[in-house]
Amino acid sequence: MMEKIILGRYLPLNSVVHRMDPRAKLLFIFGFVFVVFLANNVLTYALLGVFTLFVIVLSNIKIQFLMTGLKPVIWLILFTFLLHVFFTKEGEVLAQLGFLSIYKGGVIKGAFISLRFLLLIFVTSLLTLTTPPISVTDGIESLFGPLKRVKVPVHELALMMSISLRFIPTLLDETDKIMKAQMARGADFTSGSLTSRIKAVIPLLIPLFVSAFKRAEELAVAMEARGYRGGEGRTKYRVLAWHGRDTAALLVLVALAAALFGLRS
Amino acid sequence: MKDSIISIDDVSFQYPDQTAFALQHVSLHVQRGEWLAIVGHNGSGKSTLAKMLNGLHYPKEGTVTISGLALSEENVWAIREKLGMVFQNPDNQFVGTTVQDDVAFGLENNGVEQKEMKERVQEALEKVGMTAFLNQEPHHLSGGQKQRVAIASVIALRPDIILLDEATSMLDPAGRDEVMNTIRSIKDEEGLTVISITHDLEEAAKADRVVVLNQGSVYTEGSPQAIFQLDQELLTLGLDVPFPVRMSQLLADEGLILSQRHFTEEELVKDVWTLNFKK
Amino acid sequence: MDIKFQEVEYRYAAGTPFERLAITDVTFHVPSGEYVALIGHTGSGKSTVLQHLNVLLKPLQGEIEIGSRTIAAGRKEKNLKEIRRRVGIVFQFPEHQLFEETVEKDICFGPMNFGMSEEEARQRAREAVRLVGLPPSVLERSPFDLSGGQMRRVAIAGVLAMKPDVLVLDEPTAGLDPRGRREVMELFASLKKENGLTCVLVTHSMEDAARYADRIVVMHKGRVAKRGTPRDLFHDRASLTALGLDVPETVRMQRLFEEKLGQPLRQLCLTPEELAQEIARLQGERS
Repeated sequence: MMEKIILGRYLPLNSVVHRMDPRAKLLFIFGFVFVVFLANNVLTYALLGVFTLFVIVLSNIKIQFLMTGLKPVIWLILFTFLLHVFFTKEGEVLAQLGFLSIYKGGVIKGAFISLRFLLLIFVTSLLTLTTPPISVTDGIESLFGPLKRVKVPVHELALMMSISLRFIPTLLDETDKIMKAQMARGADFTSGSLTSRIKAVIPLLIPLFVSAFKRAEELAVAMEARGYRGGEGRTKYRVLAWHGRDTAALLVLVALAAALFGLRS
Repeated sequence: MKDSIISIDDVSFQYPDQTAFALQHVSLHVQRGEWLAIVGHNGSGKSTLAKMLNGLHYPKEGTVTISGLALSEENVWAIREKLGMVFQNPDNQFVGTTVQDDVAFGLENNGVEQKEMKERVQEALEKVGMTAFLNQEPHHLSGGQKQRVAIASVIALRPDIILLDEATSMLDPAGRDEVMNTIRSIKDEEGLTVISITHDLEEAAKADRVVVLNQGSVYTEGSPQAIFQLDQELLTLGLDVPFPVRMSQLLADEGLILSQRHFTEEELVKDVWTLNFKK
Repeated sequence: MDIKFQEVEYRYAAGTPFERLAITDVTFHVPSGEYVALIGHTGSGKSTVLQHLNVLLKPLQGEIEIGSRTIAAGRKEKNLKEIRRRVGIVFQFPEHQLFEETVEKDICFGPMNFGMSEEEARQRAREAVRLVGLPPSVLERSPFDLSGGQMRRVAIAGVLAMKPDVLVLDEPTAGLDPRGRREVMELFASLKKENGLTCVLVTHSMEDAARYADRIVVMHKGRVAKRGTPRDLFHDRASLTALGLDVPETVRMQRLFEEKLGQPLRQLCLTPEELAQEIARLQGERS
């Protein structure tokens, strides 16, 4: 079940996107979120689409693989689309379904917004698919570094993130084990009314919490034994390196923004 | 005692919420370069003692000296550099997201320079034979491999002493051998002092000296050979004896003549043969 | 209840880039009332086989007969509850599944999921607690206040209270102290003997396999590498070491002794007690 989710997964391939500095990728995505909103007509959306496709090709990740990863969110996209189709009253009427009228403007707006959604999902999935989670954390820690001066515990937050990342697979395994153990005792997690399903989760959640707390306690002891005493005086093993391609990527994004700005209506 | 790397003198300890003492008047000395096994059933105080050696507890009475440093709040970080620990659960001591990050964690904590860190990580992983797994994530490793990484994390800090707190008890037989062989080779190469805390007497049999703890006190100590002569006593303490020792007992019960409780199958067979079959 | 595996195959994450073959061409038979040990290295596919025994995993190829039911690849299976009641699995570290406020409620969880009345389930909880050697007073306590060994017993009682016909045990003694290990293994042996339970034991311990099992299935790299009685299997040490396994210490000792003796003993001894008796008998004969 869990193995089908691709969001947050890392695919270790070799591509220029994989080799980029995580900070550049983070800044790129941050910028892209704004740039996407510049598109407002067929031409600009087409340009955005082609650009995204180009980035996917650069990353060496199969588009089919990205598509399978869409399955969990496809309903959300469809829902957004229909919402616009039914509730936007612009342009000529295309069809009349009882009391609902479908307008041309609604279909176009729905299509645009779904596409915008899709592109954002593609690009953010690309970040996690091409960057080891620890590098994402390093990138975030480095980008937010200046906030240390205003007493934001950046190091602690980054460490928390990296430990969570480290323990996600362990806890997923554990969830699977406990679930199976309870199923072997006749627990049913998949059928019945909503209340009975919620009740069915208790035998799963309590053992999971008990074990997570125990792990946290042991981990804290192990960290202390290995000399962990906060961020003060600590050195970093992973050093990020900013290359020409990273600057280039951000310049390309600026160029895209300029083009979109020029072409939007 | 001369050249003791660890001195535990008349130490007692009590957990804050308990009336009974977890350790009572424990005195122990560990020689430099020695392999010492501390055995005892669950609740005998062996884990409390382990945590004390790393400054995770402080004695209520008595003193602990490690590598010439008296255990105190001021000295605790220096002591942790001298004495590294490997814990029981392979998962719950793996901090880094990959093998190399985990080995680097302790070095980062101690402010080692990045360039030197790279070298030390590489060197430590070589010693435990895990260089091929540099970028591997922990959930793709076996229990034995995770424990080898934990050992690498300890030796990267170049300590004098390595303390194994039931480090093999959650592993399968192959993993157990893997970890013990790694420890053996590192000990020989680096001249490390090894303390292994265990209830597995097969593991204790590999040590130079065994200390048996019971109810928070030292019950007895001696060479593995000497300790295993106490077979029935060990069983009543909730400990198991190695197979040849148990077999010796069973053969003696059947009326065969043996010169002593044997320690290896070969010696036992030889003894049974010469004293009972050879005419 | 008989269980028969017929060329069973299973893959994890089938159809994704993370697909991994776990077991293939697995064929073996667990006859009713027998004690079968499943041995092999970590990663040999033992625990995948185990999860097929009560259809927590469904075969992607082949079929499994469990009593009168046949689970075949590619079919939708409904109503697995009866199978799960009749095939009870004690997972590794089963104490990790405890969750209720009291031991009694926790043990009743299984029986009540299978449709038993509360009264009946509590009756069974009392029986199960007695079977695993705990005092009745433990029923009112919180499972989280117990010692590790006691928690293990409570978890085992939770499976026994389902009154399964087949008991599947995944490393049931892992992490227990020597005394606890012996007691738990003796409990299963007596359940088999006195209540006619079928047992499947997954273990790393050749000693336990030799002492308790009627037959042994050896898994290696996702396949069944060997099958046979303990005596047959442990007779041939070389073929086991080729699989990275070894014979029990008793057998090793017997071989050393036979070397000195210059002839084999009457038969392969599977427990230290048996070997000691055999050596004593021989000594009596000679003098």
